[in-house]
Amino acid sequence: MRAAVIVFPGSNCDRDVALALQQVSGRAPAMIWHRESALPALDLIVVPGGFSYGDYLRCGAIAAHSPVMRAVRERALAGVPVLGICNGFQVLTEAGLLPGALLRNAGLRFVCKDVFLRVETEGTPFTRAYRAGQVVRLPIAHNEGNYFTDAETHARLEGEGRVAFRYCDVDGAVDAAANPNGSLAGIAGIVDERGRVLGMMPHPERLADPQLGGIDGRAMFEGLLAAVG
Amino acid sequence: MGVLKAKVHVTLKPGVLDPQGKAVQHSLAALGFGGVEQVRQGKYIEVDLADGSSREQARAALDAMCRQLLANTVIEDYTIDIAE
Repeated sequence: MRAAVIVFPGSNCDRDVALALQQVSGRAPAMIWHRESALPALDLIVVPGGFSYGDYLRCGAIAAHSPVMRAVRERALAGVPVLGICNGFQVLTEAGLLPGALLRNAGLRFVCKDVFLRVETEGTPFTRAYRAGQVVRLPIAHNEGNYFTDAETHARLEGEGRVAFRYCDVDGAVDAAANPNGSLAGIAGIVDERGRVLGMMPHPERLADPQLGGIDGRAMFEGLLAAVG
Repeated sequence: MGVLKAKVHVTLKPGVLDPQGKAVQHSLAALGFGGVEQVRQGKYIEVDLADGSSREQARAALDAMCRQLLANTVIEDYTIDIAE
């Protein structure tokens, strides 16, 4: 799997996700600096977590307009899977590759903890190694993860099965108590119309190795490997 | 040659939760300021434009700046004021 990890000034999960990709695929991803305007031949693009451009203006707003994102957009339109994690999710919404926006957490606190997620669809390259309805544990670490979109877009996301993950309790129940940031309908991750772009606030790369205390995130990278070869 | 000075206000759309505004409102109440019905927090951005374009052109340019970068129109509204 020829993967690339986009690196912005302020990215801080780029090496974590590179390690997870390398462990699963046996191949180190290309690390692509934000000033690059061309990308090599690729099977997967990861927009990692962090605080690109210091979260200036809005989280992900400046990164969304950096030179490399023009190339990322072209590849996404060509069907290359794009995975945005945490700040990467914010970047993808700001770039218009995914609908909605990530608002300040409803509780006004930076939330850094493991959460349970219910896998809502297995019909994407990102979630194919999970089962729909499966409950997984992944870490979150964000201040602006409160997913919001208008009612019409939300209805479309639900109707088209484009919610990939929801915050839930250990038994898979989605309710206010299990919602760490106030996200609309407990949404933790969504995909685009074609299921080729996934944005999610939780960090699969942070629980993809037994030494990190869990491997629930590894299936995402295994699924991608199986999907793209 | 002067400079066109623009003031851009970016505010959350009605209905979009503003937890910061809520926290400020609660803090005002704790300080004893009664009767504060609501606080909504936004951004104020000053943009100086090189002179040479008409006010209409400047407004059109600022509108494009707001739509593309200064505001996120999914969640925010904006207003533009141009002074001399």
